Amino acid sequence: MAKVKRSPWLLHYDGSSCNGCDIEVLACLTPVYDAERFGIQNTGDPMQADILLITGGINAQNQAVVKQLYDQMPRPKVVVAVGVCACTGGVFKDTYNILGGADTTVPVDIYVPGCAARPQAIIDGIVKAVELFQMHMDNHEEFLKNPDEYMRKNHPEVELKKGDE
Amino acid sequence: MNEIFNPENKLEEINHEKLLRKVLVMKNKNMRLAQMCAAFVEGKYELSYSFADDETYEMSTLRLIIEPDTAIPSITEIYPYAFFYENEINELFGVNVKFINHDYNKKLYRIDAESPFVKKEDK
Amino acid sequence: MGKRSVVPFGPQHPVLPEPIHLDLVIEDEKIIEAIPSIGFVHRGLESLVTKRTYKEMTYVVERTCGICSFMHGMAYCEAVEEVMNVEVPDRGKYLRTIWAELSRMHSHLLWLGLLADGFGFESLFYQCWRLRESVLDVLELTTGGRCIFSVNKIGGVLKDLDEDMTKAILQTVDKVEKELEAIKKTFLFDYSVESRLKGVGVLTKQQAHDLGCAGPFARGSGIKMDMRMRGYDAYKDLDFEPIVSEDGDGYARCYVRTMEIFQSIDIIRQAIAKLPAGEFGVDVKGLPKGEAFVRVEQPRGEAVYYVKANGTQYLDRMRVRTPTFANLPGLVETLKGAQFADVPLLILAIDPCISCTER
Repeated sequence: MAKVKRSPWLLHYDGSSCNGCDIEVLACLTPVYDAERFGIQNTGDPMQADILLITGGINAQNQAVVKQLYDQMPRPKVVVAVGVCACTGGVFKDTYNILGGADTTVPVDIYVPGCAARPQAIIDGIVKAVELFQMHMDNHEEFLKNPDEYMRKNHPEVELKKGDE
Repeated sequence: MNEIFNPENKLEEINHEKLLRKVLVMKNKNMRLAQMCAAFVEGKYELSYSFADDETYEMSTLRLIIEPDTAIPSITEIYPYAFFYENEINELFGVNVKFINHDYNKKLYRIDAESPFVKKEDK
Repeated sequence: MGKRSVVPFGPQHPVLPEPIHLDLVIEDEKIIEAIPSIGFVHRGLESLVTKRTYKEMTYVVERTCGICSFMHGMAYCEAVEEVMNVEVPDRGKYLRTIWAELSRMHSHLLWLGLLADGFGFESLFYQCWRLRESVLDVLELTTGGRCIFSVNKIGGVLKDLDEDMTKAILQTVDKVEKELEAIKKTFLFDYSVESRLKGVGVLTKQQAHDLGCAGPFARGSGIKMDMRMRGYDAYKDLDFEPIVSEDGDGYARCYVRTMEIFQSIDIIRQAIAKLPAGEFGVDVKGLPKGEAFVRVEQPRGEAVYYVKANGTQYLDRMRVRTPTFANLPGLVETLKGAQFADVPLLILAIDPCISCTER
């Protein structure tokens, strides 16, 4: 956590959760657990969000909504799946209307287990997400300073292709 | 101690032609439509219309057993808010309900599967 | 007359904790018509009866909703018990009542917080949720879980309360009662809260009856209906009266729910004082055959559970009619003629639980 320089915006979307994880996420943002002390701020606007928190599985109706929210977020973005339903589909996996976890629709970076996920676990997930977000930003800055060196160091395969041409 | 209201739940099996008349009787008794649900048992639909009285806590259910291809009339003319229930059984079970006041045409939940509560082989 | 336009509202919206979509037909700022469309949380939970045995279903049913989770499980178990003619021991009934009322307390505190958030009173929102945490703490102490705590089983409950636990519950309700007295003053007598709630979204008694509303929403309109009066579980031995308000506006609904928290505290005290000794659950053997309707009072109103069993491990049909499903027509009615700025508040006023509604 030491080198976190930015305060990411957090967007929460309730997929098809039972509300359990949902209210635990909200409880995390209220003073008792206060996830905001890690520098995050809740927002309702996907256009300015950096971290997407998804609770609940994906079904046919909200798939498009989740996809759209993800696309609307600026890069870099981090996706956290909160609760076992968002991870795998959970107890509803076998129903006709659940396609599975959040990773069926958008790439998920961090999985928070639990039914319902406990606030402590959610805070852990958020802290990891903040760190990951910072890492993405650092990489981006490094890339901007010296693109060639960055690519050689981190993505040698891309560099090779360039040489072939 | 409080007065306790715990009357037995009543259940009456009726013919689908008598449905509207029976529902009207319930309406005239000033009862509230508590729920409506369908079940698919042994190749037939079992519909339950439950009505509740808010003062005596009485609940009576009208049971309708129909063949899969039978159409039933909508009761939205009598209980306007029944449209949620009727759209639900129409979408999830494929029960043919005619003349619903706000017909969502099987688009209430907008699910992909067609009448998922009825197994294909039973049809 | 202004031009009419349709404004889509939801499913992702800052004020909505849960996804629901409304198409609002508005004329200038006034709402003419509201068309709800649901389905974003539809999971098809009822269809799992063909894949899970009737005992496993208890856990699935408890995940219908994370807020009134316990009462869903309780209603399901009661329905199966009725089918199988199982008599739950008295202690089991009392424990169910205590946990159910604790659930109601945390649900209503949650709602009060969301309402305060809805009209922009952030500090009040935080106060309610802080208070709610103490209820969750005692739930965690007694059951091990916070909002979904799965202590139901067919034939009773899974866990017992010892002396320390009942003492902790009593201490918590004392604390909540004291602090809620202070919060209550703001909710019921603060002029800025009154100005947002009084006369907003009025639903008369007749309308509420004609639209089949249930729970605090109906009681706020003067319908004296509370399923606990049926005397299921331990309610038959406890003394309480349904809380009713005649006004039918947002303020009345707020009043009903606030007072219901005090009522729950009172019921918990009575139940703990009368808590009988003995077994708290029986083992159930055999397979269910038959059908049953059970109605219980959840925080949001009357829930109807229907179970139809055919003598095998798997039920034929399990149906949940949740309170929000019954209250949606009432919501649409209150939205008509309202100001656009009041929409979030009116949606919150029915205490919507979308995941219950769509299952």
